[in-house]
Amino acid sequence: MHHVRIEGWSARQSFLHRRDPRAKSLVLLTFLIAIGTADRRFAEIAACSVGLFLFAVITSRLPLGGILARSALVLPFSLTFALISYISGDAHRAWLLTGKSYLSALGVLVLMATTPLPQLLRGLEEMHVPRHLLMVMQFLYRYLFVISEEAQHMRAAGACRGGTLRGLQRRRAGFSAAAGILGVLFARSHARAQGVHYAMLSRGFSGSIPALDPLHFATMDAIFLAAGVALFSTLRLVAGAA
Amino acid sequence: MTPVIQVRGLTYTYDDGTKALDGVDFDLMPGETVALLGANGSGKTTFVLHLNGLLSGTGQITINGIPLSKETLAKTRQRIGLVFQDSDNQLFLPTVEDDVAFGPMNMGLSIAEAKLRAQAALHKVGMSWAARKAPYHLSAGEKKRVAIAGILAMQPEILVLDEPTTFLDPPGQRALIELLGELPQAKILVTHDLAFAETLATRAVFFEKGRIAGEGTVPEVAELFNWKTANRKP
Amino acid sequence: MHIPDGFLSPGVWGTLDVIAIPAIGTLARRAQREFDEHKVPLLGVMGAFVFAAQMINFPVGIGTTGHLVGGALLAYALGPAAAAIVMTAILATQALIFQDGGILALGANVLNMAIAGVLAGYLPFQVWGRGPHRKAAIFLGGFLSLMVSAVLALSELTVSGVRMPPAVLGVSLSLFVVSAVLEGAITLAVVQALEAINPGFIRQPRAERSLAIWVLAGVSIFLSACGIALAASNPDGIERLIENAGIASHTQKLMVTPLSNYKLASAHYPWLGQALAGLAGLLVVYALCAFIGRAIRRSRRIASVAEGSA
Repeated sequence: MHHVRIEGWSARQSFLHRRDPRAKSLVLLTFLIAIGTADRRFAEIAACSVGLFLFAVITSRLPLGGILARSALVLPFSLTFALISYISGDAHRAWLLTGKSYLSALGVLVLMATTPLPQLLRGLEEMHVPRHLLMVMQFLYRYLFVISEEAQHMRAAGACRGGTLRGLQRRRAGFSAAAGILGVLFARSHARAQGVHYAMLSRGFSGSIPALDPLHFATMDAIFLAAGVALFSTLRLVAGAA
Repeated sequence: MTPVIQVRGLTYTYDDGTKALDGVDFDLMPGETVALLGANGSGKTTFVLHLNGLLSGTGQITINGIPLSKETLAKTRQRIGLVFQDSDNQLFLPTVEDDVAFGPMNMGLSIAEAKLRAQAALHKVGMSWAARKAPYHLSAGEKKRVAIAGILAMQPEILVLDEPTTFLDPPGQRALIELLGELPQAKILVTHDLAFAETLATRAVFFEKGRIAGEGTVPEVAELFNWKTANRKP
Repeated sequence: MHIPDGFLSPGVWGTLDVIAIPAIGTLARRAQREFDEHKVPLLGVMGAFVFAAQMINFPVGIGTTGHLVGGALLAYALGPAAAAIVMTAILATQALIFQDGGILALGANVLNMAIAGVLAGYLPFQVWGRGPHRKAAIFLGGFLSLMVSAVLALSELTVSGVRMPPAVLGVSLSLFVVSAVLEGAITLAVVQALEAINPGFIRQPRAERSLAIWVLAGVSIFLSACGIALAASNPDGIERLIENAGIASHTQKLMVTPLSNYKLASAHYPWLGQALAGLAGLLVVYALCAFIGRAIRRSRRIASVAEGSA
């Protein structure tokens, strides 16, 4: 599964893996803004960014092919719109849409492949993203595995019992069967949430989940942050000025 | 000898009006291991949820001579460690170590102390190697061990395990039996697994329709209530 | 429709991010009040449920299937504020881990799907959820939740200059209608399946004192969404919409400001003018959302005071 692979990558060790999630998110944000606001001479910015990211991917001991392929998940959407723009005679926009969306996805993926999600969430908490939202994300991610598995089992069980009905009747039966599956899946998820809550309470949960390893923003993180922000802003300004 | 847990007249009615517990009297002696047997829905799990104040019916529950109330709740939850049937519900934090340290942190220990407790508990259940792993990548048996470590890290006086052998393969069950046998705490085991109950429990209690219908040794209770998976061939 | 990064013009994503951040902050606080942190596992697990629900296919026609998107269903089960937070968590997870939707565009996606979509989906349920038209309201909520988000997304794209020939626009709009009808049908079917298991899963809408505000707000959300799309695809769209719909004169006055801006600016910078008109429209939508939020909060407070004193 996609997220399992990314999680595996994020557990590796490298210079980029060791950087503080706050520094990495801010550098990514600068990059995204540089890409997002570029227009003329986008090709130059794109070429430099691709070079930088290839370097980052290789030095972080991430599989280049895997990263490039997974960033391409955004392409079906982009290419559809690019095609429409191209047909409407706006070839420049077609190129911008494809290039910008792919590069942005690549940037996000490199962040996620070098930062375990829990660490990123903790970084975001330090950056004043509402804690309630982050806790919801943490539980969502944790139980995504468990509930997806249940959904898979139920889908398989449903397929096994596929009837002999044909046409509209079959469709209608299939529709209500799917609704039934979702109903049961919802009920189970609800019961699970209750179970999780009980288990937390019985271990003394009182509203907050304490962090075991507090983040540590080292000098190297500051250097990385400054360098990254300077690099991408310069890239954007130089290319944009011409 | 005074019982570590004393329950008198415990009654609990669900919102829809069904009586889940109907006047339960129960004692647990120090160092004793009691198996709770009975059909699904007979009230076993509802009963153990009361011991930790997760549900509150009428009647009296006394832990080490102290009545369970809102004021004593935090202390009680520290004394009675509840291991739930589905380990996935218990292991909710991103890494095994975070999860095992969750209880100690809630008890107000410092990060360093909580880490020490977590490491010691993981060592005891033989899971030290998994400290930095994500719980969902572990096998069912390993998850169960980590869940138990999460409870042991709080150094409880009483362990309550709800259906601990479900999802475990035979080697996993054997390892669990060995582990539980080594732990000195008084234990309550909610289980359908007679062999498991017989190996560990000194006494069995049979639940029926929210009441305790009988007690004795595990074989006695099984015989009395015809509580066997199959009759042995002659 | 999850908009990736690189599609929206800087003015659009910038504005929408600036709008979405405080909106989510407010909603998070509200959801936190309703569902104290003890209930956080419920919201997270429900988010995982909606994620997993996408794996269950609903047969639609020859070889085609659809799946639940879930905004309206979450609103019925958790209330609109908590549902908006859960949807936001889903969108953020999709953007970060599944490369589905952008980071800079997250504000836009959150506004479209987690805020406007959830509120629009909850509106019919709030109004008719207790009466004889409950089923219709549930269906309509599912329909609206998808339709409003899709139209908003489309209009943001058009305002950003991603132009579509009328034929493509027509096809997309009809696709939206089909998926919105499907979402309505799925939402209704799942709600019925849920209530057969346990009626407590769906919260009953609370007594609402200011129905008029809700209706007005809902209609406005929808109209402004359509209006923006029209404005972007057709320069005279807003004027024509106003004429056709015969909206009261004071509303026209409200709309005059962005319109005059639009005309003024478009003489020199067509792109800027369009962006301004679009953003003004979106600001109206946001103001309405905030207004609805305030209205709900106030009525909830009244309701809870009433419950407390009863």
